[in-house]
Amino acid sequence: MPASAETLLPAAEPIRLIDQDGAAIHANEMGMPSSGSLIEGYRHLVVGRRINDQANALVRQGRLAVYPSSYGQEACEVAAAMVLDDRDWLFPTYRDAVAVITRGVSPLEVFVQLRGDWHSGYDPHSHNVAPQATPLATQLVHAAGFAHAAKLRGEDTVVLAMCGDGATSEGDFHEALNFAAVFGLAVVFLVQNNGYAISVPLSRQTHAPSLAHKAIGYGMPGKRVDGNDLAGLLSVLQDAVDSARAGDGPTLIEAVTYRIQSHTNADDATRYRSDDEVKPWLERDPVQRVRDYLRSIGELTDGDDAEIHAQAERVASALRDGLNADVDLDPAELFRHVYAHPTTQLDEQARSLSDEQARSLSDELSGDQAETTMGARP
Amino acid sequence: MTLLHDTEASARTTVQTMTMAQALNRALADALEDDPTVVVFGEDVGPNGGVFRITDGLNARFGESRCFDTPLAESGIIGTAIGMAMNGMRPIAEMQFDAFAYPAFEQIVDHVAKMGNRTRGMMRLPMVIRIPYGGGIGGVEHHCDSSEAYYAHTPGLTIVAPSTPQDAYGLLRAAIVTADPVVFLEPKKLYWTSGLVDTSAPLPAIGRARVARAGTDATLIAYGACVPIALEAAEVAAGEGRSLGVVDVRSIVPFDDETVCAAVRSTGRAVVIAEAPGFASVASEIAARVMERCFHHLQAPVLRVTGFDTPFAPPKLEKYYLPGVDRVLDAVDALQWEDEVLVR
Repeated sequence: MPASAETLLPAAEPIRLIDQDGAAIHANEMGMPSSGSLIEGYRHLVVGRRINDQANALVRQGRLAVYPSSYGQEACEVAAAMVLDDRDWLFPTYRDAVAVITRGVSPLEVFVQLRGDWHSGYDPHSHNVAPQATPLATQLVHAAGFAHAAKLRGEDTVVLAMCGDGATSEGDFHEALNFAAVFGLAVVFLVQNNGYAISVPLSRQTHAPSLAHKAIGYGMPGKRVDGNDLAGLLSVLQDAVDSARAGDGPTLIEAVTYRIQSHTNADDATRYRSDDEVKPWLERDPVQRVRDYLRSIGELTDGDDAEIHAQAERVASALRDGLNADVDLDPAELFRHVYAHPTTQLDEQARSLSDEQARSLSDELSGDQAETTMGARP
Repeated sequence: MTLLHDTEASARTTVQTMTMAQALNRALADALEDDPTVVVFGEDVGPNGGVFRITDGLNARFGESRCFDTPLAESGIIGTAIGMAMNGMRPIAEMQFDAFAYPAFEQIVDHVAKMGNRTRGMMRLPMVIRIPYGGGIGGVEHHCDSSEAYYAHTPGLTIVAPSTPQDAYGLLRAAIVTADPVVFLEPKKLYWTSGLVDTSAPLPAIGRARVARAGTDATLIAYGACVPIALEAAEVAAGEGRSLGVVDVRSIVPFDDETVCAAVRSTGRAVVIAEAPGFASVASEIAARVMERCFHHLQAPVLRVTGFDTPFAPPKLEKYYLPGVDRVLDAVDALQWEDEVLVR
């Protein structure tokens, strides 16, 4: 454990390795990630941005029920996935589709939820990604428990748990950080402070000097990092992951970023914030920043960039095609997974629904649709 | 999961008298012994052995990694149990008292109950939430709730409540090995009642009720601490020439319609007994189910004897609140026996 409480406090300014004009900042104790990992990260950023744009378009076309966009926050999404090994686990929220996809989960499986086919569409064990959490901060406690199980078995799995600034007001945020610190668990808590919880600004969530300052209350280090700087995020997160794996316990990381778009497509951000506020954040774009840096050091040619964008187009196209295809949903599935051991009652209800469908179909076939009843049955 | 080999089982076969608390303690110890993925945790369950001593000696015997105290935070306890179950463990979490479990309600309803369904069965949560519940011990406010209806109303949870030391042992062992999450309600009023426990008996199937007493005139349906009351009422009624059967529900979810309804059809009359407030309760659900399934066999409406629709009573008033033998027998008397004579 750190020698003094002061070492747990975040620095006065968020850690930043590349400034918003794409220039490296050298006055840092953190090392710049390798060009290789920045190029890989840039590729994920371009794909992630394309997925955000494509998903928004698919909502407008009625193909997705809703999409909570991470536009402008892609560096946080990409870095969270990149710093983990295969054996590690990611606990994402509903806004973290890009992180889940960066981790390797098929985009089509991720969008099963937002299309409305099922509540979660991927096997958590396929890429070690927990189902995206919709309630706020509840997944942070699961992450702590997951890491606790690993510790009891002597495994060095690291768990990275994501949440937003609004979630830091929830009781489960407190309980998760406290459990993780008390038991010395290998959890990295990444808070994307994007300024808003739907319409409510950060000032209504906390009176703390910063969200990272909360860490000292749990006895864990708190770090602040520029959430639009992929290089800074990769360094700070990797440090925390390494520290957790070494058995030095959890870290709280606040990534300072901004939610460029509305909460979801059902929200209208112009009701509670001005364009003047948004504009400077557009100039801090995380994708452009790392691109400018890689170009300036000669690590990204026009050809490289074109190839990366072509890949992003292929991902978007596959997503479009996949989501435009209708999927046959089986209403009987409503009953199938509720219990591992099916109950007599659910079996009866499944039969009742199936009979109702059969009657409805036979009424349709006989052309007698007018009097079809769809009333509830026991 | 590791199950006991037959030879080991026979080596430690015992039939002995235990209190319900001792039977629960033995079930936890045997599960910890048999399966290295079982872990027991909660508030004061470590060296102190739990406020009701259900985990007595487990920390010393199995070590800090198998039975341990947590921070005082119920949502954290259930939330971390979820994470452990996601990661291959079989956590057994203790909520210290019924009404102290409410901070964990979101975790139980949103995640414990739904994770298997959400993931299309790809991520199940085999875990047990032990909750001492109900009144009858002179407890102060927030220590005596019957909270089963909240959990029973949530699809995905299995809800069990034993009424005997034997069932306390068997049902807890069964709850620990099942793939579904179980809310295990321990009637704290019965913790100190004794009975014979055969730890080598086959585990009872969760979802099956038990005919605790055969009867021909009316059927009393109860679970948890109300089962002994039903049995006592039946004994008194027998002395008065009326034969009352008693069905111990044991498993609130899944509910054993078959056993309960067979008993009611054989008598034509039924009273459901439970401590919880009657409005929108498990007792109401049982009454409705019996009515729907046994209507043509019934000689009288199904009656309920429950707690009042008030917050649980203060210690000196709980005797007025709790269903007792007299109130059960009054309900039995009200089962329209005179109408039968008129009809005949």
